[in-house]
Amino acid sequence: MNNMDKPLTQHIKNDGTWLTLREYEKVGGYQALKKALQSEPKDIIKMVKDAGLKGRGGAGFSTGTKWGLIHEDPDTSITRYFVANADEMEPGSFKDRFLLEGNPHQLIEGLIIGAYAIQASFSYIFLRWAYHHAGKAITQSIQEAYAAGYLGKNIAGSNFSLELSLHISVGRYMCGEETALLNALEGKRANPRAKPPYPSDSGLFGKPTIVNNVETLCNVPNIIMNGADWFVKLSKTGEGGTKLYGASGRVKKPGLWELPLGTSLRELLEVHAGGMSDGYRFKGVLPGGGSTDFLVEEHLDVAMDYASVMKIGSRLGTGTIIVLDDKTCPVGMVHNLEKFFAHESCGWCTPCREGLPWTAKILNSLEQGNGKKDDINILTFQTHYMAPGNTFCALAPGAMEPLQSALKYFKEDFENHIDQHKCPWK
Amino acid sequence: MTEKILTTEDIAEIEKLYQHFPIKSAACIEGLKIIQKNHRWVSDQAVKELAELLSMSPAAIDSVATYYNLIFRRPVGRNVILVCDSVSCWIMGCEKILERLKSKLGIAYGETTIEDRFTLLSVSCLGTCDHAPAIMINEDLHRDLTVDKLDEILDSYK
Repeated sequence: MNNMDKPLTQHIKNDGTWLTLREYEKVGGYQALKKALQSEPKDIIKMVKDAGLKGRGGAGFSTGTKWGLIHEDPDTSITRYFVANADEMEPGSFKDRFLLEGNPHQLIEGLIIGAYAIQASFSYIFLRWAYHHAGKAITQSIQEAYAAGYLGKNIAGSNFSLELSLHISVGRYMCGEETALLNALEGKRANPRAKPPYPSDSGLFGKPTIVNNVETLCNVPNIIMNGADWFVKLSKTGEGGTKLYGASGRVKKPGLWELPLGTSLRELLEVHAGGMSDGYRFKGVLPGGGSTDFLVEEHLDVAMDYASVMKIGSRLGTGTIIVLDDKTCPVGMVHNLEKFFAHESCGWCTPCREGLPWTAKILNSLEQGNGKKDDINILTFQTHYMAPGNTFCALAPGAMEPLQSALKYFKEDFENHIDQHKCPWK
Repeated sequence: MTEKILTTEDIAEIEKLYQHFPIKSAACIEGLKIIQKNHRWVSDQAVKELAELLSMSPAAIDSVATYYNLIFRRPVGRNVILVCDSVSCWIMGCEKILERLKSKLGIAYGETTIEDRFTLLSVSCLGTCDHAPAIMINEDLHRDLTVDKLDEILDSYK
């Protein structure tokens, strides 16, 4: 049965198994690929652009525009690469796991269509180490796709050929950044690269490369089958499509739901997540993973899409919300996040390498009751010191988002730590 | 002369891999993974031998090996416990889980129990935040953990 309100997840079973090739084909799988192979690559790029599909990894950049950055280079001797970013490591995010474990062929089909659109001949799925179950699902699915002629030479009888290989990472948050990911694929430390040149000009092994998030690519077959207009109408606010939203923290029903893009934060929290757990009150929320700004009570009616969340000073990010309750210390929560970012910093640029451990250390001293009056000024300084433009990549500015917003909305709690010489929650 | 660590099988596995890449050094991470899979951890001697195999310097190999969280440059036990201490697990009480693990096993982070049964490490977000708190032992994910469940889980790893 088709449930076109939930195109991404409609076929996913709830028994811990993934759709085999046969099962996927039975519900229309790989029809979009066959359709795409009959079209010109530039028409596919236009369709994805018109659909308004934005990068679901967190940055929200137009997918069609990204594909369009690849030059229509007549020199076919230059290999082009296409990479699916399945390195889901944003704290509090668990959406790509669901798609990888439940319907790996949907990702593979989206990836092949993307590779065709940019005329790539080699592709990778870059998977985070901890997703062992997903690793098994993808390995089996790639074999099935090769055997069925959806990968390899002359795909589905066309002139298009593509190789696909799974790379399982060995754990580092930085690998989620696309240029760092490319370094990791080359066997190097996952430090970010200077941009420009963008990967579309000089990516993997110096060749034109496109990197897209898992959820982004899983949308592609549906767009090809049903058209750009259909996709735009799926959302509540015109940005296009559905979104996998999730919730964790002290809520009654933590989980993951595919809903129209632009569903309100209040609906997510109160209806889908079932509201706060008994005995806990809402204090704040990170709307899209650990590197987004806190939102509070007054923001609950925001439509969870890219433009609306940005307008109120945060980011949609991965769309998986992390809820802060009244019995959890906001300073402790930010300390936990900054410790994570300090640990995961690649150390390449000075503000991030030095600033994040400094920040984490100060937050720890506040938690231990050793905070000083000037600490709030130092923390505020850090948020400027590691602001966009001062660092090599987006890691440190992302790390500053929960801190700068916590200083704004929970300033009193920071002051209480200093005045009372202890964490009031301990 | 130092005894070689890498077996003929290790070398064959690594050589098969780097043919897949346009440059040999691209197989560095894969090579480290193969060594760890077959030897549990990556010793200094293994780094030197991999360097020779991939025509890289040992320092270049080590800069990669020490960069990634899950390449072990020190010996680990038969079972590696990874405790997620990222934000959602922290909110849901991972510190209590960690305390219990430490006291039950008698070790701190980075240490291994006698007879090499368990090594205890922290890990970044395991991506199962709606079932926090969570730990991973070897390749098995244990979710919705409570302190009470730990004993039984640990007993199943020998």
